[in-house]
Amino acid sequence: MANFESVEVKEGVDQETVDAVREVGGAYKYGWETDIEMEYAPKGLNSDIVKLISDKNEEPEWMTDWRIKAFNRWEKIKEPKWSMVNYPEIDFQDQYYYARPKSMTEKPKSLDEVDPKLLATYEKLGIPLKEQMLLAGVEASDDIEQGERKVAVDAVFDSVSVGTTFQKELKSAGVIFCSISEAIREHPELVKKYLGSVVPVTDNYYATLNSAVFSDGSFVYIPPGVRCPMELSTYFRINAENTGQFERTLIIADKGSYVSYLEGCTAPKRDTAQLHAAVVEIIIEEDAEVKYSTVQNWYPGDEDGNGGIYNFVTKRADCRGDRSKVMWTQVETGSAVTWKYPSCILRGDDSQGEFYSIAITNNHQQADTGTKMVHLGKNTKSRIVSKGISAGFAQNTYRGLVSMHPKAKNSRNYTQCDSLLIGDKCGAHTVPYIEVKNNSSRVEHEATTSKVDDDQLFYCRQRGMDEEEAVALVVNGFCKDVLQALPMEFAMEAQQLVAISLEGSVG
Amino acid sequence: MLKIKNLRVNLEDENKEILKGVDLTVEAGKVHAIMGPNGSGKSTLSYVLSGKDGYEVVGGSVSLNDEDILEMEPEERAAAGLFLAFQYPVEIPGVGNMTFLRTAVNAQRKARGDKEMSSTEFLKEVRERAKSLQIDAEMLKRPVNVGFSGGEKKRNEILQMAMLEPKMCILDETDSGLDVDAMKLVSEGVNSLRDAGRGFLVITHYQRLLDHIKPDVVHIMANGRIVKTGGPELALEVENNGYSEILAEVA
Ligand SMILES: Nc1ncnc2c1ncn2[C@@H]1O[C@H](COP(=O)(O)OP(=O)(O)OP(=O)(O)O)[C@@H](O)[C@H]1O
Ligand SMILES: [Mg+2]
Repeated sequence: MANFESVEVKEGVDQETVDAVREVGGAYKYGWETDIEMEYAPKGLNSDIVKLISDKNEEPEWMTDWRIKAFNRWEKIKEPKWSMVNYPEIDFQDQYYYARPKSMTEKPKSLDEVDPKLLATYEKLGIPLKEQMLLAGVEASDDIEQGERKVAVDAVFDSVSVGTTFQKELKSAGVIFCSISEAIREHPELVKKYLGSVVPVTDNYYATLNSAVFSDGSFVYIPPGVRCPMELSTYFRINAENTGQFERTLIIADKGSYVSYLEGCTAPKRDTAQLHAAVVEIIIEEDAEVKYSTVQNWYPGDEDGNGGIYNFVTKRADCRGDRSKVMWTQVETGSAVTWKYPSCILRGDDSQGEFYSIAITNNHQQADTGTKMVHLGKNTKSRIVSKGISAGFAQNTYRGLVSMHPKAKNSRNYTQCDSLLIGDKCGAHTVPYIEVKNNSSRVEHEATTSKVDDDQLFYCRQRGMDEEEAVALVVNGFCKDVLQALPMEFAMEAQQLVAISLEGSVG
Repeated sequence: MLKIKNLRVNLEDENKEILKGVDLTVEAGKVHAIMGPNGSGKSTLSYVLSGKDGYEVVGGSVSLNDEDILEMEPEERAAAGLFLAFQYPVEIPGVGNMTFLRTAVNAQRKARGDKEMSSTEFLKEVRERAKSLQIDAEMLKRPVNVGFSGGEKKRNEILQMAMLEPKMCILDETDSGLDVDAMKLVSEGVNSLRDAGRGFLVITHYQRLLDHIKPDVVHIMANGRIVKTGGPELALEVENNGYSEILAEVA
């Protein structure tokens, strides 16, 4: 009865959802703050601050120069205004660009030396930095075959990486997984070759800003033919007040390699908004494959729209080699404002890009998110599945570009874009851009907008579920295609988040 | 078990009276059938009993085991033991039938302060019950009612009823859309749940169902009222002569 076994797994997943709804009772779970002594760079942004960040990271001169060039450019350009989001003007001089726990001044040699307060922070977030079998935060439930899964974690706290687990074990497989600051010091040849090669310094306002001031982030290199022996993940935590977080992630999958990478993020509750502007670059060589999954749960602001994170992020994968593959999966539930388009450059022939997205906006949240599929090589394929859910007063926009270049013969795109509205004060928008410059390629686009159906909710309630459970169940059903694309541990967390982030949206 | 007294109900949006004083009592262990012309208010009665939005109770009372249920939320009524097999079961895309069932079973258990069913226990029971209704594993995996045939949807309703073990079961035209064999299966499903502690209210247009599920009492509903009550012979009378005679008689 193999059929039943797979059912059983899903069962457990949904039970988690239900329990989460009951237990959490509406609050943003990660809104507490760690009381820890910090060291800040002076407020504001100028070339001295850029140099100071470079200096703190003990960077070689080429890196400092790179940053300064970026900064000089940034000073000359203007913030883009084309997205469907509104927020008060950001005063870039009224925030900190570098915040590091004092206890991190001397870089700890191993996790045992890390400040217990920091370790406790991750423990409380459900990300214990011990080298254990499970991705923390996921309790084994009796239905789930947890198996022997290991997940290596790079933990970034404000501006610095606190530590990276399983480094030794990964090293023996030839995999490099460390903070980007360490990579700049230890693997300059790789960083020099690839940094900015997917998202150039000149790419856009926030990418340029990030290039100037990024303080840390993760670095991954998978050598030819290696299947990474465990999932890799980075957990970003913003803790300091009035501080922006600018992280940089660089992932290189060499020929014929494979890696699955997970990213999670949270921040304390604050009345004032905070900026998070990250850049993620992924390089995928011939026959290699990368899966990149995000559960974005930054503080979304309060019910009246005060505070929250401005999440302005540039993520892009370059499928350089033939038959290379990338899959982006994102669950966006947090942030006051999200502006994010994880994209795929399908350069190699027969390369494939996939984008699966759930974006949930409640209360006064705004999200303008989607993807770009740029088909350059022959026989390239892309697939986009986007599920947008709006509740409260929120605005949710899907913005996606599919571009078939003249040489991208026989290429295919399929886009499915569904919006779900809860209540009548929120909005959903779909903005597809399609460019086809050859006549052998095909682009298919389907879009739907629907409301949470009262008859469905009543049906669930007649069977005994309360209204929030019913909404969570129906919405999780709506998102199923995307949830299935996530690694199991993340799927469970994501289902809970779907439920939690919609609390208070009905009734 | 279920006591309905002079229940009067308007549509919330229009000022239209649909139930005009319904009186009905279903005792524990008994099966009551309701028959009546299209549009007489049978489904409306089932919705009002289970707490659907859109109706305004303007008079009367309803109690389940001496508890007033009109002030309760739908899920509270469900936890109190009220079950409605819908005339038109709803599709829920992306939600597995098993997931749905287990969430429902455990929600009710929790509401009553009982321990949740373990997954092993649950699976065992679902498999057994599904088998006797000839619902296969494939159907249990599929999203709730999505792409189910009319008859499959109805069998699925009975599976849910069997799993939830309600005290008061309301079946709204569960027989419509069933082929002869499915009718037998469903009836057997219902009959196997008949016991001294459980009441049934079976809404139907056809005597055929009542051949299998033998009712203790038959009511005729017309124009928002129960106009006649009798034994099983009343259903036969409707089957043979239609409603005109009965309606003329009570007019
Ligand atoms: N939401 C509604 N809006 C408008 N009219 C309604 C609504 N609900 C019920 N009605 C009307 O109330 C009356 C009773 O409907 P109901 O569905 O209860 O009948 P029924 O006895 O179940 O009929 P059938 O045998 O055809 O299923 C009908 O005239 C119907 O049109
Ligand atoms: Mg009806």
